[in-house]
Amino acid sequence: MVKFPEKMPDSLARLLVVFVVLTAVLAIAWVMIPTPMKSVHVQWDNAILREKAKPMRYAGAHACEECHGEIYGKKKAGYHRDLSCETCHGPAKTHTEDPDKTKPAIPATRSFCVQCHAYNPSRPRGFPQINPQGHNPLKPCAGCHNPHDPKPPTTPKECSACHGEIARTKAVSHHVQLECTTCHQAPQQHKITPRGVKPTKPQNREFCGKCHAKDTRETREKLAKSAPKIDMAEHGEKYVCWQCHYPHSPEVEN
Amino acid sequence: MNGRRRFLRDFLALLCSGGAIGGFLKLLPGSAHAKETVRTGKWYGYGVSVDKCIGCGRCMEACKAENNVPKEPFFFRTWVERYIIRKNGETAVRTIDPGAEPVPEAALDKSILRSFFVPKLCNQCADPPCVQVCPVGATWRTEDGVVLVNEKTCIGCRYCIQACPYGARYLSPATHTADKCTFCYHRISVGQLPACVEVCPTQARIFGDLNAAASPLSRFLRMNKIHVLKPGLNTEPKVYYANLDGEVR
Ligand code: HEC
Ligand code: HEC
Ligand code: HEC
Ligand code: HEC
Ligand code: HEC
Ligand code: HEC
Ligand code: HEC
Ligand code: HEC
Repeated sequence: MVKFPEKMPDSLARLLVVFVVLTAVLAIAWVMIPTPMKSVHVQWDNAILREKAKPMRYAGAHACEECHGEIYGKKKAGYHRDLSCETCHGPAKTHTEDPDKTKPAIPATRSFCVQCHAYNPSRPRGFPQINPQGHNPLKPCAGCHNPHDPKPPTTPKECSACHGEIARTKAVSHHVQLECTTCHQAPQQHKITPRGVKPTKPQNREFCGKCHAKDTRETREKLAKSAPKIDMAEHGEKYVCWQCHYPHSPEVEN
Repeated sequence: MNGRRRFLRDFLALLCSGGAIGGFLKLLPGSAHAKETVRTGKWYGYGVSVDKCIGCGRCMEACKAENNVPKEPFFFRTWVERYIIRKNGETAVRTIDPGAEPVPEAALDKSILRSFFVPKLCNQCADPPCVQVCPVGATWRTEDGVVLVNEKTCIGCRYCIQACPYGARYLSPATHTADKCTFCYHRISVGQLPACVEVCPTQARIFGDLNAAASPLSRFLRMNKIHVLKPGLNTEPKVYYANLDGEVR
């Protein structure tokens, strides 16, 4: 052991050496380790910059208007107005930057439209759905419906063209003999602009009572005779009938 | 053992442990400032109208294309679940496969009581459990309320994947780091919509700044009865659901 400060106790000298070495190591570490490694805030700021610099693939709903104004305007007025061009044509940012170099995909197959329009019981009621096997099989959809302004090419005659699910349900129910128009007055215009012009719907209990009331004596409805009868005063309390019976498939079993 | 040695040993031990704990406390970012009260600037949120979703899966494909998510069908930043609730009380939940050819389904499957689609994604919680468990501070919540992952410092330990109650994280097979929805941070920071919102055909997905006075999102929040997923966990999710069924977890 070195014998420098004579008076200092041996033990204190050793402690001092340990202390000096420790501070030296810490100080060197503090200076040598770069700030980004020590501060998470610096790391985060850098990561945000990296995140923001990532390339975009989708150009956005309005990017196509400039060059494809006609299609853009057409789509805006039709049923596909909420669809972005890139919902169907895929990411097209590179195409907007240099339209001649890359071209977006054109989804012309039936299987594409069917991803949204095939019948699926989980889809919201009222969303236009078709049975892909039954709906004009093998012909391309775009042959009859313009994808940028889709609508039925001709005005359909039957209600079942658009209300297929209801028609199919009714066809196997007790109300199979009743025409849709027995209960709904549908103006012709409803078949052309269905959301603009709505048919009527039955409003009260008495409507069903025309055929089902116990004391129907004189009625113009031919079918009333074979309809099972109920006591209108007692049956179903205050509720309208279709709060318990679905009118397109009136079942009495649970 | 003599007194001097014991003192030295204990002193060094104290120094080490104290230093280590202190250092770690500094690194743990979430707990310190999780609940700021007054917010100015942007504070991003997200709305989902469950009754508008048609389950077409465009969002899932767009997300993968925009964010280089691996093609395999088990890596998702956003996904859509199909719920089928049967009359006997059974509930089946499956993530849809957007590429699959639709199989024709019986129009009159009378055993179905009700059925619907539920879009899911990272809830961008205001108080995110994933951030709390990260041992290296590689995931954090930005000022504008988006939980991000720093792939340069992530060590791939999977703690955050375990901690997320919504299953929103996965380990990227390319970088071996945690990955998740960023609300398309690169898009929203230049004023574009996230890719999934961009391609949604029925506006079932809505994105916006919760601090904005008038926006589709603030209108959505005003006009609907809103739920969040797993509210009991107090994660304060910022993905808001309208018309959510009680069966959805
Ligand atoms: C800078 C102008 C410009 C913009 C912006 C633009 N396009 Fe184009 N696009 C063109 C030109 C030019 C063509 C080639 C036309 C031709 O060949 O007749 C084209 C062709 C197309 C085609 C047909 C490709 C083919 O194979 O025939 C599609 C689909 C298309 N664009 C979609 C889009 C979409 C979607 C967007 C928006 C994201 C978009 N375009 C934005 C200029 C543009
Ligand atoms: C419902 C999906 C869908 C949407 C939404 C859509 N397209 Fe198309 N687009 C198609 C299909 C399918 C074709 C092929 C049509 C055909 O085969 O006749 C096509 C063809 C085209 C073409 C080339 C042929 C032509 O008609 O000139 C262009 C350009 C185009 N689309 C641009 C656009 C733009 C711009 C938008 C947005 C305003 C858009 N599309 C939105 C499905 C779509
Ligand atoms: C990404 C989903 C999506 C795709 C893909 C799609 N559609 Fe649509 N389609 C819609 C939506 C949404 C509506 C509007 C429904 C509404 O108004 O409630 C619609 C409406 C329609 C309608 C009008 C139905 C009616 O009520 O009369 C027709 C026809 C149609 N689409 C045909 C097509 C064809 C053909 C294609 C393929 C080129 C296609 N769609 C692709 C989502 C889609
Ligand atoms: C031969 C022409 C033709 C072809 C091909 C065709 N459709 Fe139609 N589509 C019609 C007609 C006509 C209607 C009106 C209803 C009816 O008569 O069935 C219609 C109605 C629809 C409707 C509205 C249904 C509703 O409930 O409101 C949708 C959606 C639709 N078609 C989608 C498609 C899709 C998707 C394809 C391709 C897979 C396709 N169509 C192919 C002629 C066609
Ligand atoms: C071109 C397609 C089409 C045809 C044909 C059609 N409808 Fe509709 N109908 C619709 C659409 C689309 C709606 C709106 C669905 C919705 O908003 O949920 C609708 C709605 C209705 C409603 C509900 C109105 C309401 O206030 O909720 C009734 C009732 C109805 N249709 C009856 C009929 C009857 C009866 C016929 C035959 C005479 C018929 N429809 C033919 C497309 C059609
Ligand atoms: C026995 C009378 C009756 C017949 C027949 C009938 N409906 Fe209805 N329909 C009703 C009543 C009642 C409602 C109102 C139900 C409600 O408000 O919940 C209704 C509602 C509707 C709606 C609104 C959506 C829904 O499902 O609630 C549509 C669309 C519709 N009917 C279409 C049709 C079509 C198409 C046919 C023929 C295939 C038809 N209806 C036959 C009584 C009838
Ligand atoms: C035009 C006459 C007529 C009207 C209007 C009518 N029904 Fe009926 N309904 C019948 C006939 C006929 C039957 C019996 C058919 C059969 O099974 O032979 C029937 C059967 C029923 C049944 C019994 C089914 C069973 O399982 O026995 C119920 C419930 C019912 N209707 C409910 C209604 C409701 C609710 C309305 C009003 C929305 C309504 N009906 C309107 C003619 C009518
Ligand atoms: C509160 C629910 C409720 C309401 C509202 C209701 N029903 Fe019923 N209905 C039932 C039940 C339950 C049965 C089967 C048990 C029974 O026969 O009472 C039934 C049976 C029937 C039957 C079959 C009777 C038979 O002998 O087969 C007819 C017809 C009928 N209802 C018509 C109506 C009509 C029309 C209305 C509207 C004036 C109506 N119901 C309102 C619950 C209801």
